[in-house]
Amino acid sequence: MLVLIASPTGFIELILFFAVGAIGALCLRKDDKLANVRSSFFAIVGSLWGTIFSVGALFALNTILFSIGTPVFPLLSVSIAIDKLSAFFILVISLVSLFCSIYGFGYVRHFYGKYSIGALGFFYNIFILGMLVVVSASNALFFLIAWESMSVASYFLVVYDRRDPNNISAGSLYLVMTYIGTACIVLAFLMLYKFTGSFDFTIIKTMMGTIPDWIKNVVFVLAVVGFGTKAGIIPFHGWLPSAHPAAPSHVSALMSGVMIKTGIYMMIRLFLDILSPIPEWWGLSLLIIGSISSLLGVLYALTEHDIKRLLAYHSIENIGIILLGLGAALTFTSLGIHSLALLGLVAALFHTLNHATFKSLLFLSSGSVINQMHTRNMEEYGGLIKYMPQTALFFLVGSMAISALPPFNGFFSEWLTFQTLFQGIASLDFYAKWIFVGAAAVLAFTGGLALACFVKVFSATFLARPRSSEVAHAKEAPFSMRFGMGALAVLSLLLGIYSGHISAVLGYVGRDVSIFHDVPALFLSSEAGRLVVGNFSSVSAPVLFALLLVVLVVTWGVVRFFVYKKQEIHTGITWDCGTDLTPRMEITATGFSRSIISIFKSVLKPSMQHAVEYHDAVSRYLPKTRTVTLGVRDMYRLYLYEPINGFVVRLSRYVKRLQNGIINAYMLYMFVVLLVVLFLAVR
Amino acid sequence: MSFIIWTIQLILVPVLSPLVIGVIRKSKARFQNRRGASILQPYNDVWKLMHKDEIISADASWIFRYAPYIMFAVTLVVGASIPLVASFLKNEYTSDILAIVYMLAIGTFFLALAGIDTGSSFGGFGSSREMTISALAEGGFIFSLLTLALISGSTNLFSISAFIAAPNLLSALPIMLAFLGFFIVLLAETSRFPFDNPATHLELTMIHEAMILEYSGKRLALMEWASANKLLIFISLAINLFFPWGIAQNLSLGAVTFGIVVFAVKVSLFCLVIATIESTIAKLRFFRLPDLLIVSFILNVVAIGLII
Repeated sequence: MLVLIASPTGFIELILFFAVGAIGALCLRKDDKLANVRSSFFAIVGSLWGTIFSVGALFALNTILFSIGTPVFPLLSVSIAIDKLSAFFILVISLVSLFCSIYGFGYVRHFYGKYSIGALGFFYNIFILGMLVVVSASNALFFLIAWESMSVASYFLVVYDRRDPNNISAGSLYLVMTYIGTACIVLAFLMLYKFTGSFDFTIIKTMMGTIPDWIKNVVFVLAVVGFGTKAGIIPFHGWLPSAHPAAPSHVSALMSGVMIKTGIYMMIRLFLDILSPIPEWWGLSLLIIGSISSLLGVLYALTEHDIKRLLAYHSIENIGIILLGLGAALTFTSLGIHSLALLGLVAALFHTLNHATFKSLLFLSSGSVINQMHTRNMEEYGGLIKYMPQTALFFLVGSMAISALPPFNGFFSEWLTFQTLFQGIASLDFYAKWIFVGAAAVLAFTGGLALACFVKVFSATFLARPRSSEVAHAKEAPFSMRFGMGALAVLSLLLGIYSGHISAVLGYVGRDVSIFHDVPALFLSSEAGRLVVGNFSSVSAPVLFALLLVVLVVTWGVVRFFVYKKQEIHTGITWDCGTDLTPRMEITATGFSRSIISIFKSVLKPSMQHAVEYHDAVSRYLPKTRTVTLGVRDMYRLYLYEPINGFVVRLSRYVKRLQNGIINAYMLYMFVVLLVVLFLAVR
Repeated sequence: MSFIIWTIQLILVPVLSPLVIGVIRKSKARFQNRRGASILQPYNDVWKLMHKDEIISADASWIFRYAPYIMFAVTLVVGASIPLVASFLKNEYTSDILAIVYMLAIGTFFLALAGIDTGSSFGGFGSSREMTISALAEGGFIFSLLTLALISGSTNLFSISAFIAAPNLLSALPIMLAFLGFFIVLLAETSRFPFDNPATHLELTMIHEAMILEYSGKRLALMEWASANKLLIFISLAINLFFPWGIAQNLSLGAVTFGIVVFAVKVSLFCLVIATIESTIAKLRFFRLPDLLIVSFILNVVAIGLII
């Protein structure tokens, strides 16, 4: 059975499902409904098969290795290698796209007659297909083709809602930054090719000894920039907060939940597998990058009142947390402490899985809110828990999971990340130790700030009184959407409760990476569902969950039924100090986070503009209106993107002089080029 | 046997916590030259509130209705997971420092949501201030416990308590620094001076009281009781992790009795310290509080620097 599932045929079937879904949707584009049914059906079946296939591949004995067709080009071969690491990422992608596709089936209905559903189905399927191939390709050129199809498909999904000019500019920014990233990746692979003579990952890996150190360092920097752009690390994150919100919600969920993880996958693949042995500073610099990304990500999230932009900033924060685990793993690897390195890798992988579930859950439930409210501005929500109770519950689960509250899954992967950092503090030399202390401090503050941020999001969206008249018309989402969200919410809880077992499986995945082959399983073990780190720490998710639940139920039962049973509960109005309470008196999302923003004003640079209009322009005693605009200056746009943009524009202006429209001049250029080429060739 | 011990652990904190509040109030009254209410008064308050009818705002949702139960349950579970009178009751399931920190955060999360849920502006700013303080206190909280974990080589609270109980001059200084850091966090997390005034309903200054303003009856009783539990939890952590001398190390009648007596004495002393602080210093301005919390964090970083 296992052999049948985890076979090359299984993978080809997986690819075919999405390919058929994509082409079918394109063929049926005349009929919106049919196109939606067709593309969703194949996406759902394909992801379901992907889940089964990847679980099979996780427990298969060998790596699934195969090539399709005879190589037409000498360097490009369509070769696939699915080891445990790839299988794990296929599992994450399939799992999330399964629920997103179910949700999408109901969600895309509001695009009927507005935009082409066929095109959406086509790009959606190609997008998932691209991600699946990215994590399983073992030839650099083939990988780049998959990487590009994933990026281009996601670009078209970002600009899908094309009537909003903001989406078009977000898409352009995304495309430009993706290509800058891809350029770095291409350069990295070319440098590896120059020294190994191959684009095949396995051959590159065996030839690693022949590569000089400085080339490896350059490849590292290029890969961090290239894959980091896709993963959204600060300061290469510029595209992320504008592109993710622009896409339809189930696509944002996929982009934030899994697409950015393909960057993480390639970092793990390159740094831990292909390029090893590695110097110590790689891991330390990833730790620093991860710390900056997570802290700044959550701080920028606090300043947002666009719900999807806020979630996008949290993706940056969580990528930072994943990088903390990965950076620690790299550091330990370079120092030869493989058991701790495995712990770090497991923390990173577990957080990858967890972030994929709760972030897609949050995007899906915010999507169903936006669908009803027709705005992404949280200040116009309020009180939605009464109109959309189930969506609210799912969002609450997602908020608790992302804020690392037990017994949901986010807590346990952050726990593992913390443990990895603690181990580093306890066992490393001076400089590395202080970087680990800094990383742990950042992780601690990030947790607290994320909690504050999700109190803000949840209360501004779902609690108190409605802040706009739209709220009263809001209705609960249709069944398919609720099913997608509900399943992810349950998954969040289950991944938390079974964290002990899951980290054992992840330890098994990690040991498949060649440098960890002979690490004993003892250090990170799990018995009776407990997560155990050596003699240092242990926590049991099932006990924690059961204890919280039992104590909660008993408390409720005792207080409700054994103490003063006759108690009457009246409903009244909130204490209003004698005035009529209006929604304007509630705290807003902006107001809620303003005190934190003021505390971090050196980083966030908050801005405030006053404008007063007077009744009487001469005396200026009686103001008619006062406006206060609160905002935050975008430091990256101001100090990084704008200067680079200005430089490129100025450069282009100089280059433009060459293109003067005089044909004689162009002839001259050609002549000069010809001479130079001839000169070089003859020499 | 272990089941009985667990049950005792579970009910010890809620049983004793109103007494702690009573002792603090009594000592504060003495500082103000008043006789003050009996130290058992908080029990009467809870009893009285439990037998009153309730008014719930029409704007409130189930978050408001169930937050008191969640808060109370969380404090019970945390109370059962920390060392109180004995360090031999070690459990490997829930007594982890991070588990404790994040379980308490569940309570804060629901408390803040409940504060906003009624749509009152008081609740809203209370929640905003509470989340600001607790976000900034998190670093100091985790790092003070981390200092102890690094000294004792375990993040299990009972192991830490047992390890620190053996006197060791070498680690005395970092423990003291970490304690100072922890003490600041204690005052912040339990809404005490100089962070918050537990006895005020003045809208300019209240934080914790602002969030529970709309509660009445049983739910108010649970909220008050839960915050008393939280205070006792923090006091127990302070005395049993930083000064664990006298804690029962094995299961013998003498050791356990001595442990109980020592626990009672130390908790009373701690209540006196808190009452003294509340009677002698003024509340700080809200935007000065981050400075204090950063001091707490830096003290802990220095402590870690001394031991690693």
